Amino acid sequence: MPMRRPPRSDRPDTAATGIEPALGTRDRLHARLQEHLASAVSEFTAATALVVLVIALSFASPNFLTADNLFNIGSQTAVIAIIAVAQTMVIITKGIDLSVGSVAALAGVVGAIVVRDLGFSVWEATVVAIAVGAAAGLANGLLVAGARLPPFIATLGMMSAGRGLVFIITGAVGVYSLPESFQLLGNGQIAGIPFAIVITAIVAVSAAFMLSQSRFGQYVYAMGSNMEAARRSGIAVRRNLTAVYVLAGALVGLGGMVAASRVNSGQPNYGIGLELDVIAAAVIGGASLFGGQGRIAGTLIGAFLIAVVRNGSVLLGINIHYQQVIVGLIIWAAVYFDQYRRRRLEARG
Amino acid sequence: MSTVEGADPPVLEARGIVKRFGHVEALRGADFAVHRGEVVALIGDNGAGKSTLIKVLSGAQPHDEGEILIGGRPERFSSPVDARRAGVETVYQDLAVADDLSVAANLYLGREIMLGGLGGLLGLLDKRAMRRGAAEALEQLGVRIPRVTTPIAMLSGGQRQSVAVARAVIWATSVVILDEPTAALGVVQTQRVLEVVDRARDAGMSVVLVSHNMPQVLEIADRVEVMRLGRRTARFRAADATTDDLVAAMTGALVTEPEDADLR
Repeated sequence: MPMRRPPRSDRPDTAATGIEPALGTRDRLHARLQEHLASAVSEFTAATALVVLVIALSFASPNFLTADNLFNIGSQTAVIAIIAVAQTMVIITKGIDLSVGSVAALAGVVGAIVVRDLGFSVWEATVVAIAVGAAAGLANGLLVAGARLPPFIATLGMMSAGRGLVFIITGAVGVYSLPESFQLLGNGQIAGIPFAIVITAIVAVSAAFMLSQSRFGQYVYAMGSNMEAARRSGIAVRRNLTAVYVLAGALVGLGGMVAASRVNSGQPNYGIGLELDVIAAAVIGGASLFGGQGRIAGTLIGAFLIAVVRNGSVLLGINIHYQQVIVGLIIWAAVYFDQYRRRRLEARG
Repeated sequence: MSTVEGADPPVLEARGIVKRFGHVEALRGADFAVHRGEVVALIGDNGAGKSTLIKVLSGAQPHDEGEILIGGRPERFSSPVDARRAGVETVYQDLAVADDLSVAANLYLGREIMLGGLGGLLGLLDKRAMRRGAAEALEQLGVRIPRVTTPIAMLSGGQRQSVAVARAVIWATSVVILDEPTAALGVVQTQRVLEVVDRARDAGMSVVLVSHNMPQVLEIADRVEVMRLGRRTARFRAADATTDDLVAAMTGALVTEPEDADLR
């Protein structure tokens, strides 16, 4: 990878004099890498860890590197990956969304109910689930951007309220007796590829493109990097920040629908602790809890790293509780690395 | 210069500005003026009202009485966005750059160049055009940075300050206000920033410079306006003034309000 260290700025400033002209016909990949250098470093590290792990598991277990097992990992990771994409956008704005598990459950349950009781098709139900997620996201966004609650608190409230709503709606009983077609998103296939993987790919590619190429994406990074600077630059911070939470909520709704579809039912207990997995995926992939940094590619790598650790543990017969410990260690390492990087950058400024 | 008095109104003028915070009058009828292509230093002791005046001029705080004129036309700023629309750009002490964004992205923040056609309708950025524009603008202002794609966080303090100043100079159509632009910088870095100010003036831009550094003020400014107790109490041509004069004016030992014509 063409990843040179940037010139050190604690050298006397005159050292910059002889440096190449500000812009040449430098290849665009390099330019893009430069822009997100810090994220790229974490991404590279996480990707290396993932590759090493995949190679090691391929030798350790004959069942690992099979199409069935890989599709299995892909489908299992799909929900976490979709919701981790949502979480990444929020984290880049220096926010956090603790409500993803509750909102996913709410969306999945509502999606199941409209199919069972109102005869909606699975597609119509998906739209409803996305709308439910977006509505929860709108509430989060108004609380954060409008009422100026810290994101942690705003979404902690939604985590509790959302879960409560799920139990009220369902009477704490799962929503069953769904038609076979309900399984399409979670267990269906398209040209031999699990539908869930296709959805995840579409979500991830669109989100990555939006973040890196659109003005809205630029504002997402700008707000997370320096909210005051964004405001003074004339960016409509309140509107844009709310939009981030709405968009994230919509993706969480979609993820919740895929999750319900996988088990062909709406489960009121779904997604408890899910926020930890998706935050971990984002952070391992280079998203910074201090805002301003994070990329979808990294988040996907993070999500798959966690999934492969879990899958590998199962194949190798490692006690299930050790998986949690391993994931915990990875999170510590990732956040430590993030802070170390930040401190070094600040020491330069 | 021997322009006829009145033929060329100041690009930015404040008349009798009053600003109260509760019972405290921070500005008590403050006047201020800067003409085209002129660097005016605004100095005064702590609490003299410099910062408040700057905030009023940059739209960050509304004033209670008095008027602001841009090119002779009265304007009312209710936000920094209004001031920017009127051509007044401000670099605050805390810089307000987005550290994680590239130099190019910061220069165009809030004023992005969009792709033409369908891409533009989809809200897509023309990053290439912005990189090119940023590189050209920085080149013209003599700001040296490794690459326009470098995140601001990776620059030195002087480079960051230069980029912030450049950003203001690029977008300002009439006046750039710099609040203590070199307070935190070393000698070499300070020179770099002052060079940018020089080039901006050469390009016909007007610059308002708030500073505590008297030798620097006399070196870079064309004129000096001194504030004391919420009012302008003295004006000098930098070429005629000494550090002692400035200090005397700041402490109230000297009061001088010469005619406009004598200053130009």
